[in-house]
Amino acid sequence: MRKQRGLSLFVGAVFAFLFIPLVIITITAFGENSTIQFPITGFTFKWFTAVFENQSFIDSFLLSLEISLLATLLALVVGIPAAYALTRNGVKGKDWIKSFFLSPTIIPGVVVGYSLFQFIVIRLQVPLFHGLLLGHFLISLPYIIRVVGSSLEQLDFSIEEVAWTLGSTKFKAFTSIVLPNISSSIFASFMLAFINSFNNIPVSQFLSGPGISTLPTTLMNYIEYNYDPVVSALSVLLMLGTIILMFLIEKTLGLAKVV
Amino acid sequence: MSKKIPYLILAPGFILLIFFLLIPLVSVIWPTFYNGSFSIESYTSFFQDSYNVGIFIRTIRVSLIVTFICIILGVPTAYFIAGTSPKWRGLLMAFTLFPMLTNSVIRSFAWINLLGQNGVINKLLSSIGIISEPLTLLYTEFSIIIGSIYLFLPILIITLVGVMENINPEIMEAAETLGASRIKAFIKVVLPLSIPGIIVGSVLVFTGTLTAYTTPQLLGGNRNMMLSTFLYQNAMTLGNWEDASVIALIMIITTVLVMKGLNLIANRIDKRGEKDA
Repeated sequence: MRKQRGLSLFVGAVFAFLFIPLVIITITAFGENSTIQFPITGFTFKWFTAVFENQSFIDSFLLSLEISLLATLLALVVGIPAAYALTRNGVKGKDWIKSFFLSPTIIPGVVVGYSLFQFIVIRLQVPLFHGLLLGHFLISLPYIIRVVGSSLEQLDFSIEEVAWTLGSTKFKAFTSIVLPNISSSIFASFMLAFINSFNNIPVSQFLSGPGISTLPTTLMNYIEYNYDPVVSALSVLLMLGTIILMFLIEKTLGLAKVV
Repeated sequence: MSKKIPYLILAPGFILLIFFLLIPLVSVIWPTFYNGSFSIESYTSFFQDSYNVGIFIRTIRVSLIVTFICIILGVPTAYFIAGTSPKWRGLLMAFTLFPMLTNSVIRSFAWINLLGQNGVINKLLSSIGIISEPLTLLYTEFSIIIGSIYLFLPILIITLVGVMENINPEIMEAAETLGASRIKAFIKVVLPLSIPGIIVGSVLVFTGTLTAYTTPQLLGGNRNMMLSTFLYQNAMTLGNWEDASVIALIMIITTVLVMKGLNLIANRIDKRGEKDA
């Protein structure tokens, strides 16, 4: 192979474009000045302490965890059986039903958030927390259907039929034969849906109110009125969280399988 | 009995989607068509207002520019990544994935640091003496564009690497053996084979930019509304639910049209390839 120096330089520049902004955030988290400056003067960890002393960040982080975990678990409980049914023959209008299950990805997030807010929260007077949970469930479901569905399609169903022939009930065969075989894709879809839900803004933005605000929403509102290194410090912490999650996925499945 | 099982286990998801996606959507959209009698007046009057049309056109324009630049930046990058050893490929994919999994608020905030009046770019340019007064980079259409490219370039690269990995490198070698320069071989061989992947990735970038909320909100300011921020403003600040619902349907229709249209083209190209082979 000939040297591709031009291409390497180009790709280097693209990765510089992708990383320099994040590197700058990281550096500004350690500056002593009370507004963000780059290059920084001095070196301090005080902004990290400030993140943990900010009650609204802590509260909204806990709410985000709760919403994303519950929504993703609900999506798994509803989505895995649905994905299973959609790979079986004999379901009429299978393609149509599948597109329906994937449709939350086609509807823009702001529209999902807006219509849930208007219909569920305003008209039906459902508590905001439940509206938020439902919104996050809707955006998580397609990940489960897609990732679990594609791994079910590759599964050899004759092993399940063998279990039936040997006298196992359908439910038993499903839990003891099918589920273990797709466990890694279940984990992958869970992680993807969780990260997506945790990071979501458009849906959460509509479904927030007093005491109900996810971490990204809180951070976004904070940024609109403040320009201090606390934001940088929180960003660094969240990026560390992303790195840990990526590391976990890599160790259990390999990142390549998830994308 | 057993034939009913698939339908039974599909039912919970189906019902939840109907109640919490379909019905809310219809209940929001329906009044824009029916108000005592059936009419599309909400839409015609929306498009008669030049301010609204300006926002619609800006949204389309920004999405097109972002998609175009992402292709320019993403195609060579994906080609490079697909051609590296598996170990490098894994590493570079992880490096591409990391910004994608980082919260969009953080990624937009990064550009506030860079583009602001006292931001990194203005400081750098004035310290080398290129500019004497800070440039207005933030809260412009330019900042939305650059923030959106930053947001969606990774997803295009990842989609394309998946496609380009499957292109047989021997085809490229054959073209070069037959005398094509490296760039020419790339343009004549790799690029045409990647077009379905480029289209799939472009759909993601285009619809992503079209519907993104965080970036235009944080980087665009009030003067550079996009459909998503305009919807939010109408619904939550102005209390104008009619316009908000009109914008909602416009966004859905534009997204669906772009998706279906481009995917149709991608499928055609795919089929043509099969016939040739």
